[in-house]
This record gives sequence, structure tokens and C-alpha cells, in this order.
Amino acid sequence: MEPYVIEATGLTKRYRDLTAVNSIAFSVTKGELFGFLGPNGAGKTTTMKMVQCVSPRSGGVLKIFGEDPEIFGRNIRRRIGVVPQETNLDPDLSVFDNLAMYARFFDITPADAAKRAQNLLEFFELETKKDTIIEKLSGGMKRRLLLARALMNNPDLLILDEPTIGLDPQARHHIWEKLLKLRAEGHTIVLTTHYLDEAARLCDRLVIMDQGTILVEGSPDALVRTYIGMDIVETDNTEEVTRYLDSVGISYEIGGETIQIRTSTPREQADRLMERFQSIRVITRPGSLEDVFLLLTGRRIRE
Amino acid sequence: MRSKIFEKTSVLFIGAYRVWLRNALVFRKNIRVNLLPPFIEPLLYLGAIGFGIGAYITDIEGLPYVRFIAPAILAASVMNASFFECAYGTYVRMYYQKTFDALLATPITIQEVILGEIFWGATRGLISALSISIILLLLGLASPAGLLLALPLSFVAGLLFSGIAACFSAVSPSIDTISYPATLFIAPMFLFSGTFFPLHLLPQIVQVLALIFLPLTHVVSLTRGLLTESTDPLWALNITWIVLGTIVFSFLAIRLFERRLIV
Repeated sequence: MEPYVIEATGLTKRYRDLTAVNSIAFSVTKGELFGFLGPNGAGKTTTMKMVQCVSPRSGGVLKIFGEDPEIFGRNIRRRIGVVPQETNLDPDLSVFDNLAMYARFFDITPADAAKRAQNLLEFFELETKKDTIIEKLSGGMKRRLLLARALMNNPDLLILDEPTIGLDPQARHHIWEKLLKLRAEGHTIVLTTHYLDEAARLCDRLVIMDQGTILVEGSPDALVRTYIGMDIVETDNTEEVTRYLDSVGISYEIGGETIQIRTSTPREQADRLMERFQSIRVITRPGSLEDVFLLLTGRRIRE
Repeated sequence: MRSKIFEKTSVLFIGAYRVWLRNALVFRKNIRVNLLPPFIEPLLYLGAIGFGIGAYITDIEGLPYVRFIAPAILAASVMNASFFECAYGTYVRMYYQKTFDALLATPITIQEVILGEIFWGATRGLISALSISIILLLLGLASPAGLLLALPLSFVAGLLFSGIAACFSAVSPSIDTISYPATLFIAPMFLFSGTFFPLHLLPQIVQVLALIFLPLTHVVSLTRGLLTESTDPLWALNITWIVLGTIVFSFLAIRLFERRLIV
């Protein structure tokens, strides 16, 4: 009996002069779609590498399927499927050969591999591309093929590092649809992303990471409720507006060219602003995960 | 205890075999372009140097010049094929194609990946040896029995040069810096290992240095012995260097790749 698919406490990864992951704790239960959200350099990919048993941890406890990756790495990897951030398909091989070749590393017989590859190609709507060379695939197709490859060994845990990075909206939605279908089938999925809409739409639960630590954990809705709790009024960042808001004592946040006001009465606030400043742009919208994210991680650009 | 070691070793070699198989499959996809150089290059050397320049050269150690260099051309092309596969080929698979990342996400370990790469490099060497053997046989430049025995030797020599190449690939900061060992080590080795002229023409100190630092010397000497049905007095040293070097450089390559990739 495995209580958690992944369990980490005090998990730390140090490089020579950098602590990439600083004593984080989280757990993922079976059947859950769990997200790691954070700006570049937050430590998401490093955490994934430790979970995949390819990067040894510097400290803390990490259990995958209840076992230590440093001792049982090979057995754990047998039960994991990985979709990497960067495509690492075999460019010289066909779509089908990529899947069949990969299966060999998991002790899957060629006959079983062929059957499984066929099913997965159908699931990801790639069956017509079976004999196509990788170079001729679009970005979205490559991602879907990477997903299909990660499922070849029927994994108990699927890990995706930025699954929709660089894809157009159609291709992103296609991937999301497939991921939700996989979740409905009971797969345990862990993904990293810096797309907030992606996290909000897909994740049952997520953590927001920054500078190697976990800032918060919860479901997307709960996080928005807890940290924003209200609607947002957005308007232009001009001197008159800030002077006015200061004078009437309304707190606001500046984000570049816009000003954001968290409020429980968005309609009235917007009306007041529009009455006072005629030629101003005013938008009201519900609080989102993006607001939580920016609130917690700040607006500084990450390199 | 013994069965445990046996089990571990067999798991290691099964994993390495699967990595080898992956490379072999990719090789087969581009077989025509891959098989051209091992056939053409030795023909060029035999033609230009063996028959061309060789026409002005007297017999060396009782052999016509072209027969003298034929075994060396075989040995040198094993070296080139294996070295370049595990220097550039391995680097491309590691750095550009991210093949190693893909492999390491499966139950395969880094040790198995590198061992598979070295076996594959040696296989490229063997493929070169085979194609040259066919040419030498057709031209009547070597004894058939000798050629048959030169094949397993070529495979072991291939392991040696692949292991050396893998060490360079593991520490190379970029693909461009691999040209240092290629031009500063492989190219002089090609010329000064008793390939185109006998080693004893060189000053004694250079001979000793060649025997210590240029493994091709040993491979050429053994191959020439087999193909011309003669024995070099240093054959035991030749075999020892090749076997020990293969073991040492293979382990070193694995160690260096672990250091680079397991971070």
C-alpha cells in the first residue's frame, strides 16, 4: 500500500554556489493532477529531475511510490513516464519507430509495443503520421508524440515539464483536452508550468514556487479566494489617477502601465473612476491565479 | 556473492545492448551514406600512396610497399571510425539530440548508455574493417586467414579508440573543442604509428614515446603481423596495451560522463 505517489520533506538541491531547491515539502496522491507553478529559475525543473531519479538530492527526504530514488532509481523509473521540456525524440526515426524503440528500454516485447503504440497514436490523433519522420511534424504533434512515448510503459506517474511551451492556442487546447482525459482515467500527473491559465484549468492542486521555496499550496480556486478574495479593477497608470486614489485612501498596486485595485465593489469603483476621468480605460474582472502569482512572486523580470 | 556480481554485470550488458541497438537502428536508416566512406577512403589511400607513391619505394622488410601499408590502412580506419563516432557522434547525441536525457528517463542507467556508446563505436570500427577486408581480399593484398583474425582484433581496437574518444567527448565544453584531440592526437598518430614507414626509422626516443602514447602503434603492429603472416617481437606488449587501455579508458569514460551528467 502506497499512501503517497510522491512525498517530499526538507527536499534540497544545492549546486556549488547556488541553492536551486531549498527545503521544500509536498505530497502527491494517487489520481491527482498536481502542478508546480513558478517563474523561471524557481526550481521547478530541478525538483522534477529529482523526482525522475536522474538528479540526486542534496538533502531532505524524497519518496516515490514509497521508495528512495537514490536506491531504487531503476525500479522507480520503470513506473514513471516523462515528457521533457525540450524535445528529445529521435530525429532520424519515424513516429512509430520512436515509440517502438523507447518500449525496448522498458522490457516491453515488440508485439506488445506495436499494439500499445497503435493505441496511443490513435488516442493522440497521430495514426496517419505513423511512418512520418520526426522532422516533418509540427510542434504540437511532437509534443503529443512525446506524451504518447511517456505513456508507452503504462506509467503510474506521468511527469510533464512545461507541456505546452511554445505551442499555438489550438495545439495547447488539444494537449489540455488529452491531459484531462488521462486524469479522468485515473492517471497521476505532475506538471510544471509558468502559464497561469494552464495551471488554473488543469490542476487539482498546485504549489507556487519562487527562488527554490514553495510559497503556497492549494487548489487554484482556494488560492484565488484566499489571496485575492475580491474582484479587480484595472485602469491606466497616470499621475492624476494615483493622486486621486491616494487622496481618497484606496489601496492599489502598480504593474507597469496599469493600476490594479482589489475591491469587493468593482462596479461602483469603476463608475467613480470613469465619472472623474473621462478618457480613461477601466476594466473590471474577477481575481485570477495570475493575480495570486504576481502578488506572491512580485513583478520583477526573471532572467 | 558471485551470482550477484554476475547478475549485475548481465543487467549492465543488456542495457548497453539496448543502447547499441538504438544506434544500430538509426545507422541502418541512413545506411547508404554511412557505408560510403569506409569503402572509398581506403581505396583512395591504397591507390594514391600504396600504388602511386609505392611505385618509387623499394620493398620494406621484404614486402612490396602497398602490402606494407595495407594492414596499417585497415588499423587506421578502425581508429578513425571508432574515434569519430564516440567523439562527435556521442557528443551530438548527448548535447544536441538530447538522446541521453531520453534514455535516462527510462530504467537505463548512465553506465549502460556509455557502455552502449563504446560498443557502438567499436561496431563502426568493425564495419570499416570488414569493408576494407573485402577490398584487400579482392586485390590480393592480404592473407584470407589473417583477415579473418584481424576482425576480432579490430573490434577490440575499436573499443579502445571509442573509450578514448568518449573520454574527450565527456570533458569537451563544446563540439568545436573536440577538434583538439582530433588534430593533435589522432592525426599525428595516423602518421607516426608505423603506418606509412617502419617505426625503427625514427630516433629511439621517439619510438619509445610512440609505443607508450600512440595506441595505434600496437594495433598496426598486430594487424600487420596477421595480414603478412609474420610476428612482431613486441606482440605481447601490443596485446597488453590494447586490453589494459580498453578497460582503463572505458571506466574513465563512464566516470567522466557521470560527473558531467549526474548533477
